[in-house]
Amino acid sequence: MTIVNAVLQGIFLGAFYAVLACGLSIMFGVMRVINLAHGDIAVLGAYVVFVIVQSTGMSPLVAFVVALPVMILLGYVLQLAILERSLKSGILTPLLATFGLSIVIQNLLLITFSPDVRSLGGNAGAITTSSWQVTSGLSVSALGLVILVVAVVLFGALQLFLSRTRAGWMMRATAEDADAAELVGINSRGVYARATALAVAIAGLGGLFLAIRSVFDPVSGPTQLIFAFEAVVIGGMGSLWGTLLGGLALGVAQTLGAHINPEYSALTGHLLFLAVLIVRFGGGRVSLRAVR
Amino acid sequence: MRVRRWTRTSKVFTGATIAIAALLGTVPLLFETDVVQRLTNLLILVLLAAMWNALAGYGGLLSVGQQAFIGIGAYGTVFFAGLGVSPYPAMLLATLVAGVISVPISLFALRLRAAQFAIGMWVIAEVVSILVRLDQNLGAGTGISLIQLNQYAPNFRQAYTFWLALGFTVIFLSALFLLLRSPLGVSLQAIRDDEDAARSLGVHVAARKRLLFVLAGFGCGAAGVLIGANTLFIEPGSIFSVQWSAYMIFMVLVGGLGTFEGPILGAILLFGIQTTFTQGGPWYLVGLGATAALFALALPRGIWGTIEERLGLRLLPVGYRVVEMKSEERAS
Repeated sequence: MTIVNAVLQGIFLGAFYAVLACGLSIMFGVMRVINLAHGDIAVLGAYVVFVIVQSTGMSPLVAFVVALPVMILLGYVLQLAILERSLKSGILTPLLATFGLSIVIQNLLLITFSPDVRSLGGNAGAITTSSWQVTSGLSVSALGLVILVVAVVLFGALQLFLSRTRAGWMMRATAEDADAAELVGINSRGVYARATALAVAIAGLGGLFLAIRSVFDPVSGPTQLIFAFEAVVIGGMGSLWGTLLGGLALGVAQTLGAHINPEYSALTGHLLFLAVLIVRFGGGRVSLRAVR
Repeated sequence: MRVRRWTRTSKVFTGATIAIAALLGTVPLLFETDVVQRLTNLLILVLLAAMWNALAGYGGLLSVGQQAFIGIGAYGTVFFAGLGVSPYPAMLLATLVAGVISVPISLFALRLRAAQFAIGMWVIAEVVSILVRLDQNLGAGTGISLIQLNQYAPNFRQAYTFWLALGFTVIFLSALFLLLRSPLGVSLQAIRDDEDAARSLGVHVAARKRLLFVLAGFGCGAAGVLIGANTLFIEPGSIFSVQWSAYMIFMVLVGGLGTFEGPILGAILLFGIQTTFTQGGPWYLVGLGATAALFALALPRGIWGTIEERLGLRLLPVGYRVVEMKSEERAS
């Protein structure tokens, strides 16, 4: 039964990773860009919610609604100030620029909020404490269930947005071929800015979940980025539903690892990621020759 | 028209570089231990910058995980010293191990492109870091001292470490220099300029990249060995920190990605900044991150690349230049 429980907890954990990874997946799908500051932006979102909760005393979930416009605005600024420029100059520039941004965000958070570890778990009320004991070895936490439902609804809503709305069609057309989309009158700058704003807003949601389900500090970002990227790659880069499944697989791998030995948690996740990469790119000829 | 490698400037400067390297050899005889230690740090930065530039500048491989090799070098020294090998030979062995490990890693990592490679390398560094943390003999998560180095008096120890750093820096930079000047170097610079075009001209891109990856594995391993010997204490949290990648990216981007001289300039700049802001701290890192991002966006060739482009200056002759023949030469 404990293995079943580990898998179940892994699915809840994986739903959280899927939410974290969602924005990364959108940006890669639309712009072929990986934002190395994605994890730090999620943590920044957690701090925005933290500040609102601290100053108004409202529930973190309500505070997130207040924080949402801030995150959307941040997404537009990120696109217009940094990514738009970097997209024009090769595949390495966006990585370099967002890596620089990641260091800036981490250290500005460190200056503003001190290195103290924070959590909003205590502010979220019954949602973080309730759980149902199904059998002796199997428990379902309310928060895990909420995150899982939110994740499924989020990916479903994105699917509907991309397949049913005009803005979604424009996004898919731009993702397919930005130049051709321009020819039929789609403003790719606007589409890119919207995609980034959407990605940053969802990263903020990931930050909210991070804050209420565990703890965070100014340097939590890189870990979140690695897990989010692993989820995207395990699910298949460029596939939205794949990202949800990738997140779940990563979560289950981690909890199963932790089931063997608590110290193996991150390790088994990394090994699953590397195994997927090897299987996917492992074919073909291996050449050791350096000199032709 | 004819093609030339050497100019008067590059002759003078290559001579000067050799002279500077020789002069640096006398540093431990002339200066206090703390100065020697700081200059060891400078050499480590030069080595790291040159190796990261070999990957990114010539191979188009942006790694955020070279700290894997830094850590293997540092912990390899502890491991071999623990087996009873004398400390300095242990350092050479550890460098060798880091380089050899980079071969199997390259078989897998080089199949990845752009972000997959960058984060894939980062995950590999994380895995190595976790494995070290799980090993009680290597001090687990709390770190370990290189106690075997205590058998030397501090000033002798610092002198030996400095000479080792100088030796490593000269060896790896010369290796890169000679590589870039060899027929292979032409293909490397072609990959740097346009990978697809180089492939279509028949350049064996994958093999060339592997060569650079393994060179960088050796070089970063050597840097890790030196970091361990220079600080005498290593712990997984700092030796496997992604901050090393941040430093390397800063030095190479500011100095000049894909130029031989640029990363050296970047290392000297970072060393200057570190010496000025001895407190370090978050503002200093905000500055480094912002500067790196600005250079990536606005001045992608870095300081040296821009100077080279504007003035046609080339201090160390790694490339070729086309020069107009003088009229008397044409006549003869």
